[in-house]
Formats: sequence, C-alpha cells, structure tokens
Amino acid sequence: MRQRLINRRPERRVGVFLAALPFVLLLIAYSLGSDARLAENPSDKLLPSFSSIGDAIERMAFTENKRTGEILLWVDTSASLIRFVSGLLIATLVGGFFGIITGLLPYMRASLGTFFSVLSVIPPLAILPILFIVLGLGETSKIALIVLGIAPFIIRDMILRVEEIPSELMVKAQTLGASTWQIAWRVVVPQMLPRLIDALRLSLGAAWLFLIAAEAIASQSGLGYRIFLMRRYLSMDVILPYVAWITFLAFFIDWCLLKLQQKAFPWFAASRSG
Amino acid sequence: MPKLTKILSLAMAAIVAVTMVTTPAAAEKKESFKLAWSIYVGWMPWGWASDQGIVKKWADKYDIEIEVVQFNDYIESINQYTVGAFDGVTATNMDTLAIPSVGGVDTTALIVGDFSNGNDAIILKDKSELTDIEGQTVNLVELSVSHYLLARALESIGKSEKDVSVVNTSDADLVGAYQTDDVTAVVTWNPLVAEIAAMPGANKVFDSSDIPGEIIDLTVVNTEVLEANPDFGKALVGAWYETMAIMASDTPEGAAARAAMGEASGTDLAGYDMQLASTQMFYDPAAAVEFAKSDGLTDTMEAVRTFLFDHGLMGDGAPSADIVGIEFSDGTILGDENNVKFRFDYEFMAGAVAAE
Repeated sequence: MRQRLINRRPERRVGVFLAALPFVLLLIAYSLGSDARLAENPSDKLLPSFSSIGDAIERMAFTENKRTGEILLWVDTSASLIRFVSGLLIATLVGGFFGIITGLLPYMRASLGTFFSVLSVIPPLAILPILFIVLGLGETSKIALIVLGIAPFIIRDMILRVEEIPSELMVKAQTLGASTWQIAWRVVVPQMLPRLIDALRLSLGAAWLFLIAAEAIASQSGLGYRIFLMRRYLSMDVILPYVAWITFLAFFIDWCLLKLQQKAFPWFAASRSG
Repeated sequence: MPKLTKILSLAMAAIVAVTMVTTPAAAEKKESFKLAWSIYVGWMPWGWASDQGIVKKWADKYDIEIEVVQFNDYIESINQYTVGAFDGVTATNMDTLAIPSVGGVDTTALIVGDFSNGNDAIILKDKSELTDIEGQTVNLVELSVSHYLLARALESIGKSEKDVSVVNTSDADLVGAYQTDDVTAVVTWNPLVAEIAAMPGANKVFDSSDIPGEIIDLTVVNTEVLEANPDFGKALVGAWYETMAIMASDTPEGAAARAAMGEASGTDLAGYDMQLASTQMFYDPAAAVEFAKSDGLTDTMEAVRTFLFDHGLMGDGAPSADIVGIEFSDGTILGDENNVKFRFDYEFMAGAVAAE
C-alpha cells in the first residue's frame, strides 16, 4: 500500500536540500533584481550588489571607524545586547513572579487579573512620551519599553499555565499536608520554570521590535540606531547585513533558550515530545 | 520529479515578477507623472494646488496627467523618488545631493521654492550664548539639515562637532524629549522650533537666518524624465506660480489659501503666517531665477558637499566630495563633470517669468 503523505519523511540529504532551497531562491531573486537595477543605474542603492554589501561588512565589522576609532558593528551590538538582555531578564523576573502568584491565589487574581489583561493590550509605543518624561531619554527608558512590551504577555501566559496544573496534583499536595507556600515553591514553581522559558522564547520577536523602536527614538549607538540612521540615506548595503546579523542573534538567543530548557528541565522536553 | 520542476518554475515566475517590479522605468515620452511632497511650510502649496484643481488645470493644458501624493515621512518620499517610484519630489538642496544624486539618479532642481530664514534653529535650555553649547549633549535628527546647521554654527565659533556630543533623536519625539531633565540642547525645524522656544528656559542661540540661503527647499524632478517630457516641467512650474500668486496676494482669497495650508499642516492662519515669516519664499519667479543664478549658490553647495563628505554621505570609498558633479545654471560644474547628477536649471522658472 502506498504510504500516506503525512508519514513520508525526507531522507537526511533531501532534508538539508529542502531546508536550503527557500534561502537559495531568495538569494537568486535578490541577485536578479539587483543586477537589473544596477544595469539601469550603477549607483543604485536599493538593491546593492553582493560585492558592495561585502565592502560594507568589511567597513562596519572589521575596520575602525575614522571618526571614532571604534568598530561600529561591535559597538552597536554590545549596546543593543546589554539593553536586550537586561529587558528580558527584568521582564522574566517580573512576569514569572506576578504570573505565578496571580495564577495561584484567587485573591490576587480577583484584584490583578483584569488589570494585567488590560495592561497587556495597551500599545507601549503610544505612551512613549510619558515614559520619556518619567524615565528620561537614557538607557532606563529603552529597557523599560522592552519590559512594558513583553512582561504583560509573560504574566498572562503564566496565569494560564498555572491554571493548567492538573487539580489532582494540587489536591494530592494538600492531602500530604503541604502549605500554600510549600505548594507554590515545591509544586508550582518547578512546573512553571520551563514554561517561563517557552513564554520568553515566544516574546523574543516582540522584544526585538521594542528594542529597535526604542533605539530609533533617541540614541547614540545600537543596531536599531544604525539601521534608522542609514535608512536616511538609503544605505541598504549597510542595512541588509545588519538585518541578517539581527536575525542571526535572535535565532541564536532562541536556540540558547531551547538548549537551556532541555538541559535544566529534561523531564519537560520528554513530556512534550511524548 | 515533476513536482519539483513545477515548484521551481513557480518560484522562477515569482522571481521574475519581483525583478520586474523593482526595475525603474526607463526615461521615455509618457503621459502620466507622479510628484511626491511632504508636510513643510514651503511645500504646503503643492497640497493646496492639488486640492484646488490647479495642478490638474495645468496638466490638462499640456495634455498630461500629474498625480500629487502626500507623504507623512519626508525621507521616505525622497527614497521612493530615488528608487524610481516618483518623477519628482520636494526636498532640500542637501538631501537632494545626498540621496538621489549620490544614488546615481540625475536630478534637476526645477523650482527653487524658498530658503529657510530662521525656520531651523539651535535651542539651549537655561543658556543664552551659542558658545555655551561646548561640551553639551545635543539632541537632533542626525544627518539632517539640523545637523548641518549645528556644524555651521560650531564652525562660526571656531569649534567642531568633536566639542559636543550628538544624540540622534526622532523629530516626532523632540518636543517631549526637551521636557526631560537630561536634554539641554536641541536643533530642529519649525513648527517644532516655535513649540520648544515657547517653553520656559528655552533660548534660540543660532538659526538659519545666520546662514541665509544655505538651506534651500526645492521641487526636484528626474532629469531624464524632464528632458523627454518638458511639458511635465512646464505644467508643474505653471501650477506652482499660479498658486504662489494667490498665496502672496493680500486678499481674502490669499488669506483663505494660507489658512487652508496652515490647517493641513496642523496649525492655523496665524501659525502658518508665523512660519512663513521665517521662510524666504520666492513668490515671484523672477526672484527665484535671480537666486538660482547667484554666485552664493556655488559657495552653499560647496559647504553642503563638504559636510556630506565629512559624514561619509558622498558614497563609500569616495576619495573626495568631487565624486558627484553639480551643474549650476551658468554651466559651471562643481565636482566630476563626467558624473553630473544634480543640476540647477532656471529655464522653466524663467518661462514662468515670460508668461506673466
């Protein structure tokens, strides 16, 4: 009998080929478009050739800047990563703490549940001026924007996940004589930690978005700062490598979180694939 | 593998489609044109002229169509022009040189609309002298005419950009930013200047009237399109100066036009007239022609291209600011005469003088 489509799996080599195919097609499309535009106008900036992108990478990532003596890509990357990681850490701590206590305690849920639901739908970019005047234009407001952007999502996700804990588990802990504190610390928190990583991974995209938005508004360095500055002069030869670099960083951070989850909570990965 | 071939051919079709879309149209005789403009005191007439049917009237006269499109984002409008989506755009002399001209798009300044005569300013908080700016953090839109104004101001007191620390700040957030404690110096343009200058402790210490005629607001068009279709240029110039005549007139009609332009830019007649007061408008085409012919323009473009070159905006690996040629209306060329990409041409405006 013919195998069903849902059971047919590509061999390893075919798999690699299929994974590479969309990227290769994208590159071919780019180079055709770029060649066509450069034939019309050799100075075209919209779709620069691979060699001018190469020059831009050389200039931004490996050569000291003439005016500042710094290597711009690294300056931008470290400035952005410090903001990004601080924002993620704070959002995780805040989100994990409030999410768990709100999900666990009916009184907290009664008072804060609706508040967090409302908070999570306020677009943080719309209240930026308030953020500036309260926190200033420096690093604090950029980190705060990331936290405000993703913490409400993490909180709501944690509340839902706490509610999903099988009631048998809670009842059992109580019949064994556990106090609220013991249940929280010994049952709920261990269950929630790997799920917190899940929530964090799902927030990464939004966190990048808020980081770049914050850097576009007022800054002296950062990946988003450079992209918006270069956009003023349509320097796509710099912007495209920066976008590729951001994509790589985001992918890498996501991968690190996945590995952390697998290493620290092997039981969770096992239960999921089950 | 028939399936794979099918997928591949579909993908190729998509690629071809993408390529077609992104290829700029070659210059040829054509009948419909697109002009992009953005909100700024000196460019509001385009929106009004379009609403009033003045642009259409002139386009009909030459049997062509002109679509006038408003952009909310100034830089995006220039970028769209540069990639070939528009035949003309409103831009300053500096941005025209740095974006389309350096980007290889041969561009002609068809209409010299005005120059900033106080519309761009440096504002210090609680300090009243330009020399106080030394050592301060300055918030501005980096690489914009504000940045140019700062460079010229620092030059005038024998300082350079090394003596201050520049923070790139979006124009949309400058007014809010000024109200925070850590912002003590800003450079921006109207209507933001008026808004910030009205706040406590704000002092204008330098403005564009200190460098008159250097920040010029133009309506520029693609040179190849203009050469193949002079009617496009004639229609634009005709519509512009008809609008200028109405706007400048001291009649209820003129006041109504200015009030409508003010409203469209988020203010009212009084607010708009105040912005016009710090703008040297060329209502009369003869004055614009005279300005386009003047020697001062060459000095201005020299200062502008030096600023752009110092900031790496004349292209990567450019050995000097000479890489792009700028042709003035008397035929003299600044920079590479084999690579002229920016032209000041007063002939169309002179046509409007003759028509009067």
